[in-house]
Amino acid sequence: MKKTFGLAALAALLLAGTASAQQIDVKIGVLTDMSSLYADDTGIGSVIAAKLAAEDFMKDHKNVKVEVISADHQNKADVGSNIANQWYDRDGVDMIADVPNSGVALAIADVTKAKNKVFVASGPASSDLTGPKCSPNTIHWTYDTWMLANGTGKAIVKNGGDTWFFLTSDYAFGHALERDTEAVVLKNGGKVLGKVRHPINTNDFSSFLLQAQASKAKIIGLANAGGDTINAIKQGAEFGIAAGGQKFAGLLVFAPDVAALGLKTAQGLTFTETWYWDLNDGTRAWTKRWDKERNSPGKLPSMNMAGVYSGTLHYLKAVAAVGSAKDGKKVADEMKKLPAEDSIYGKSTVRADGRVLHPAYLFEVKKPEESKGPGDLYHLRATIPADEAFRPLKDGGCPLVSG
Amino acid sequence: MFTIFGIPSAALFGQLLIGLINGSFYALLSLGLAVIFGMLNIINFAHGAQYMLGAVAAFLLLQWTGIGYWPALIIAPLIVGAFGIVIERTLLQWLYKLDHLYGLLLTFGVALIVEGIARNYLGSAGLPYVLPDSLRGGQNLGFMFLPNYRAWVIGVSLVICFGTWFAIERTRLGAYLRAATENPTLVRAFGINVPVMITLTYGFGVALAAFAGVMAAPIYNVSPQMGSELIIVVFAVVVIGGMGSILGAILTGFGLGVIEGLTKVFFPEASNTVIFVIMAIVLLVRPAGLFGRRA
Repeated sequence: MKKTFGLAALAALLLAGTASAQQIDVKIGVLTDMSSLYADDTGIGSVIAAKLAAEDFMKDHKNVKVEVISADHQNKADVGSNIANQWYDRDGVDMIADVPNSGVALAIADVTKAKNKVFVASGPASSDLTGPKCSPNTIHWTYDTWMLANGTGKAIVKNGGDTWFFLTSDYAFGHALERDTEAVVLKNGGKVLGKVRHPINTNDFSSFLLQAQASKAKIIGLANAGGDTINAIKQGAEFGIAAGGQKFAGLLVFAPDVAALGLKTAQGLTFTETWYWDLNDGTRAWTKRWDKERNSPGKLPSMNMAGVYSGTLHYLKAVAAVGSAKDGKKVADEMKKLPAEDSIYGKSTVRADGRVLHPAYLFEVKKPEESKGPGDLYHLRATIPADEAFRPLKDGGCPLVSG
Repeated sequence: MFTIFGIPSAALFGQLLIGLINGSFYALLSLGLAVIFGMLNIINFAHGAQYMLGAVAAFLLLQWTGIGYWPALIIAPLIVGAFGIVIERTLLQWLYKLDHLYGLLLTFGVALIVEGIARNYLGSAGLPYVLPDSLRGGQNLGFMFLPNYRAWVIGVSLVICFGTWFAIERTRLGAYLRAATENPTLVRAFGINVPVMITLTYGFGVALAAFAGVMAAPIYNVSPQMGSELIIVVFAVVVIGGMGSILGAILTGFGLGVIEGLTKVFFPEASNTVIFVIMAIVLLVRPAGLFGRRA
């Protein structure tokens, strides 16, 4: 009796096996910051974006079944790589998305390459991900430090902000952003008077602000992000940075950060992003859907979240074209071949080094009296075309391209 | 203008003052922890969450009822203190006879729950809390621009710290309290209601945390994780000062603020580890802490 039962079970298993041969199963892991300084710029909002992408894709491709899971990397590279290893080895995850925090992302890129999966890096900033540390399995969506430096740094130096002091977040991301911005400042005839490196997730910036004040630099460049940027700008207002004739340059600012600062404090800030919820009808419609899922009044989607959506959608298209998600490099190569287009990012192309190219926008935060409502934050000042917004392929030093 | 180790003296004085301001927060928070540990023998891991609740309460009072900063300085600690009393009555009071570890685990759990709930409703990017008009602006001291609010923080925290120390170490009420922790049965025999006194002490310690939270609201980011970021440092302060020593907590709080401030000038990368290095050294040399009474 027992034996027949066992046989029946085996038969059922085999049947299930053949059934799934026609169907493609894809599992996506959103690895993000759920609880700390980047959680409002990514976090749960990114998970929702991935789910929306999966939903949209499955609508048109009935044979593809997408499952989205998520975890908190706590901004620690070791925690992040442990989760990634577990996901790839045990849980059958095929692609990891998001990963704000370049330190964690560089670790995930290595794990992903070793396991031959795909990493759609829409959260991290370091341009090294498609430079010296590039990988055939990494696709870098949304933005990078070179593009931020090029967009924001150039605009500010050209407007007379030619002496700089950097407040830099002391890890891979901050270092990369500072390096790339410094290069732009020097190239455009500016000078760097000094820099100070602060630990990630710093509560109190007063000491660093005093050093910046003492430098007499016209521009205080914030090579940090999320909660760190918010704290620095907020406390800068208190210490009379603006009254002393100095100006902040937020090198990486997201819409949720501006909302948290309030327009009164943030007005006049100029920075570069590749996406804003109020850009066009497509982005507005998507934001409405996102908002319904997020169900938290006053929260705005960031460009990272949009990047998760756009990147995930393009990844799924490549998986469907290949016919399986199992060979990561093959899928990534397909992503580079296929043209990317969706309702919120428009057209993008994926370059050989994994860099995704799309236009970037120079925004300026509105004055409180110019804003029509709680979510109305930016003036669009300039559009930088896709081929100028990112670092030229030959300058990156990516071994995939040169070697 | 002279220089010290290559740093202009003006910059150095500025940094010393900043260190004192940050030290005020360390002192206020470690004071509450020391009171709770000294009197109740509970390692209150929820202290950071209660500090955060103070700031959030001030924010919500302003949003919902329009109650401003000054009333919130009193009301928010009262609300959060009452919340502390509920926790003490329903949960903590059963743990006094058990090992310290149980109190620590329980309060740690409470902290996680409170922070999780706050994150769910408020998000994590932080909420703006406007500086009260009367404390806006600042003074140019010659060597630095001192915002009025920061000066106010130092002043208030000195008063609160000294007041608490005086109440516990120099008054009759404080004497009862200290006696009740040494020998509750005997103190009860004198007709003093020890459980009520213990409950109120916990409530007071929690209210101190909430008070520090309201003080922090206008200058730091009001966010659910603002407490957990600070609490580890504050624990280090209490350990360096000597567990349960009130004077130790106050002096170490201000002292470490200054040391941390100086580190930010000479070696900024180490500014968030310097306190733990000091803690390790102190524990090696004086395991009971600088001001600890028990070995």
